[in-house]
Amino acid sequence: MPILRIPTPLRPYAEGQTEVNVQGQTVGEALGDLTAQFPELKKHLFSDAGELRAFVNLFLGEEDVRHLEGVDTPLSEDDKLRIIPSIAGG
Amino acid sequence: MTSKVNTITTKPTVSAHQESEVEGMALLKAVGNTPLLPLRRVTKNISPDVKVYAKAEWFNPGGSVKDRPAFNIIRSALYECRLLPGMRLLDSTSGNMGIAYATFGAALDINVTLAMPENASPERVSILRALGAEVVFTDPLEGSDGAILVARQMAKEQPDLYFYANQYDNPANWQAHYNSTGPEIVEQTQGAVTHFVAGLGTSGTLTGVSRYLREYNPEVEIVAAQPDAAFHGLEGLKHMPTAIQPAIYDPKIPDRIAEVTTEAAHEMVRKLARQEGYFVGISSGAAAVAALQLAAELESGVVVTAFPDAGYKYLSDDALWETR
Repeated sequence: MPILRIPTPLRPYAEGQTEVNVQGQTVGEALGDLTAQFPELKKHLFSDAGELRAFVNLFLGEEDVRHLEGVDTPLSEDDKLRIIPSIAGG
Repeated sequence: MTSKVNTITTKPTVSAHQESEVEGMALLKAVGNTPLLPLRRVTKNISPDVKVYAKAEWFNPGGSVKDRPAFNIIRSALYECRLLPGMRLLDSTSGNMGIAYATFGAALDINVTLAMPENASPERVSILRALGAEVVFTDPLEGSDGAILVARQMAKEQPDLYFYANQYDNPANWQAHYNSTGPEIVEQTQGAVTHFVAGLGTSGTLTGVSRYLREYNPEVEIVAAQPDAAFHGLEGLKHMPTAIQPAIYDPKIPDRIAEVTTEAAHEMVRKLARQEGYFVGISSGAAAVAALQLAAELESGVVVTAFPDAGYKYLSDDALWETR
């Protein structure tokens, strides 16, 4: 089962968890499962139209999924997908 | 003529190393006195009696507003003998402060070590390497607060090696703006400034400028711009309620807080580039959104904000420029 790693600013909306096991064959399906498990995460990750917000950085290993196949990027059972936050002040 | 003679006669008493440091100060003297630029086409729906201006902080030698606090922190640390020969300057940074430290560190022969989240943009990492700074990468999932904790730990473990500059808690940060940015705004608006808007990072700009402006005119209104949520794409800005609060931040200073969405700031960055010719970074976009929202409510006034940096360090962000 792929694992999604949650950054500090999103942990309050995921019951404080740093990692969540998710189901899905693609990045999009994994995010769908994540937001099904933790509905409060949805508005932070997706626009009202249901699209992934442009600034959300998703990394599979060292690769930005934007440079792979975006939300259609396939995931294998032991993949770790990281949601990387922007860098705040200073 | 007299002063020239004096300079010549005192020179032999200065060692070669000290002389090099004094010459390094020439670069630091170029900090500040940035242009105050008008916003014109993006303000077309605003009352003609309301003017909006931005301090163009990318004109600083290190390319950002951070030159001001970096210069003042280094100067005060040298003056107070807290940064001694052989010590390294250490701090955590999201990029710009690190670039400012590295720039002046090179000029003054001070070695610089920076704790920075690993996901800092490639432009920032390249600039820091070009300037010769040592970078300690921290866990990207822990963000800027994670970098703060790493720097604190390093400073605690090796207090003789590091001068911990601690931009978030060091009063020399906000005092830089009290001493330079604030007076410049009063002078450049001929005292007419009525409102000041600044994004919150360390809060140094907001704190220092506001303290100066309120002494000049207690009626000046202060607006702090911050991200609308803990998870955002406004690089360089902090969501204060959910982040480690800088000790220099005084929540009583702003008359109000303007919450800015990432999408609005990104759109403003594109507008500023394409309609005004101001090629600025994301925190400038956020400051402009807050300044223009405020300006739209006014019948008259002079609104001033600060644009912290230029757009060069964000070029790799395709989503920002919508160029893909």
